[in-house]
Amino acid sequence: MDKEQLMADLKKQIITQLNLKDLKPEDIGNDQPLFVEGLGLDSIDALELIVLLQQEYKIKLSNADEGPKVFQSVKTMAEYIIAHQGQNA
Amino acid sequence: MSNALYIKASCVISRETVYTNDVAVYGLPGAALPNFLQGAYQFFGCNYPKFHKMDNLGKLGFLASELVLKPSEMERYAPADRGIVLANANASLDTDLKYYETVHAMASPALFVYTLPNIVIGEISIRNQFKGENAFFVFNGFDATFMHRYVTNLFASNLVQVCVCGWIDVLDDQYKAVLLLIEKEKPHTGELFTPENFNKIYQL
Amino acid sequence: MSTKVFVAGVGVISSIGNKVAENLHALEHSKPGMGEMSLLQSVHKTLPVAEVKRSNAELVAATGLPAHTTRTALLSSIAAREAFDDAAIPGFDRLRTGFISANTVGGMDKSEDFFVTFHANAATGRLRDVVNHECGSATEIVADQLGIRNYISTISTACSSSANAIFFGARLIKYGQLDVVIAGGADALAKFTLNGFNSLMILDQEFCKPFDENRKGLNLGEGAGYVVLVSEKVAATLNKPVYCSLSGYCNANDAYHQTASSPDGTGSFLAMKGALEQSGLTAADISYINLHGTGTQNNDIAEGAAIKQLFAPHYPKMSSTKSFTGHTLGGCGGIEAVFSVLSIKHGITYPNLRFHTQMKELPFAPETSFSKNVPVQHVLSNSFGFGGNCSSLIFSTL
Repeated sequence: MDKEQLMADLKKQIITQLNLKDLKPEDIGNDQPLFVEGLGLDSIDALELIVLLQQEYKIKLSNADEGPKVFQSVKTMAEYIIAHQGQNA
Repeated sequence: MSNALYIKASCVISRETVYTNDVAVYGLPGAALPNFLQGAYQFFGCNYPKFHKMDNLGKLGFLASELVLKPSEMERYAPADRGIVLANANASLDTDLKYYETVHAMASPALFVYTLPNIVIGEISIRNQFKGENAFFVFNGFDATFMHRYVTNLFASNLVQVCVCGWIDVLDDQYKAVLLLIEKEKPHTGELFTPENFNKIYQL
Repeated sequence: MSTKVFVAGVGVISSIGNKVAENLHALEHSKPGMGEMSLLQSVHKTLPVAEVKRSNAELVAATGLPAHTTRTALLSSIAAREAFDDAAIPGFDRLRTGFISANTVGGMDKSEDFFVTFHANAATGRLRDVVNHECGSATEIVADQLGIRNYISTISTACSSSANAIFFGARLIKYGQLDVVIAGGADALAKFTLNGFNSLMILDQEFCKPFDENRKGLNLGEGAGYVVLVSEKVAATLNKPVYCSLSGYCNANDAYHQTASSPDGTGSFLAMKGALEQSGLTAADISYINLHGTGTQNNDIAEGAAIKQLFAPHYPKMSSTKSFTGHTLGGCGGIEAVFSVLSIKHGITYPNLRFHTQMKELPFAPETSFSKNVPVQHVLSNSFGFGGNCSSLIFSTL
């Protein structure tokens, strides 16, 4: 899977899944922190990203504690998806 | 000592129109609810990205509260002295239905959050730091006498020094929000808080 | 407005018993109510839930309500009836009476079954299954059964709902509007809530461990709890002593997040402090705290921080009975009010089951055993709900 394409897709999906109406994909940097600073997402957004991983990429994050690492940025999300693609239903 | 209470400000959102203090200030005739809410949010220059994550009940309540509350005027009240009392007929049913649609694939946590009618109180409280008593009732229909008595008793018991009260209801494309800001001091413009005045505003 | 309000009757149904005596027995013998799902039909079969051990058919037979009645209304009916019978108020029909009931689930158990059928084929599904969906329906059904004449009201504020119903009922008596109010709440388990809480990732895959350092979340439960509140004048006419008084109550908003509590538990602190002020008591007067104690990381640390701020350095006995009943959502304020009243009446305090390790942030730990012959003077009962809605009730001995 092409990482650049994946990151571009992820930005669009994040905006839709999280109702970030004021943002466009080009507003989200690859390395920009998604939580706390950066986009300022919160705990419910983190849960929605877990749903996104499951529905779009069939990857199940069953331990919420892994969240902060995986969802650190669009890049870390893409890397996690590439590493786990095909592992879980 | 007067126990009189006054309606400092009011907002009604109904039939694609927003009224503040009985005057229509924004309208988007024929618009579906989501577009109307988005239009109002932009028109009033609101800057609160969390708005877009709220459900329709939350958005209605939030918009109405933005129009009756001015942060600078709330500063003189301690957060624990600011109260909110709301009611409606449909509880959170509008969102319950939308949430339940997602359960078949994968339940949406963001929608589940709004499957309780009092979350709209939470949103208004977070935005305006209202930490005093808050209540949400589910009634068959709007009851000005009940609301008036409940709020009056809160002031009389010194539990609140300022209070937001009203009716926020939505189910599908049927919606109505009526919100009042009640204070003890007689405002420059504004009327006495009575069931009759409350009903008049509701019927706008 | 200095009239006292007394508790003249109690009623409860939960996963640990179908009436007061059965609940007491389970509490004394450390018998929790959570276990494998058996009545609820959900795909999340491995999640422990605390079900009332009665099918809808059995509840229908016990209440005499129609077969299509929602489970929430059925549970509400059983507990409210027990409280009503317990109070045995002479001349009830001649008094000004009210019923204030709370729930969050409404008739969802029936509606979600209807939805499955309807979704597959819009021409199928029995409409009578959804006719009692809204929250107010359960209230009306039970009020009719009990012959409540003057006032009914439904409150829906998440997990603090039935605590709010109770103190609203007390106010109606204090303001001289009513003589007797039956107040409390109910909620039944539903796939709707199970899926929702699961999506928030705050359910424990094992039996919950409230206030334990290694707690992992809550277990959902169901049930109903009601108290019969009376004025001083009505209390004087009763044929047996009242249980206790409702001496204080307070509601506050945490104003932090829709579903999470602020780290320092501001809302919880304001609610407990306000209840103490209203009752004219100090923290040192409290004999026992019935914690909200859901077992989630977030609630327990927030509630614990608030207790530390208010009670340090002397902490009363405390426990979360959700370690027995699970989190009964709209019913928990009512169920736990009943347990608090019984604590005063019988001089007992309850254990916090499955507690092993004190939370590192807190200088106190809950009770781990049931105690008798305790001089219980004042009990503080906490109920904190989503939307930042925090309520505390104080019951006091006579």
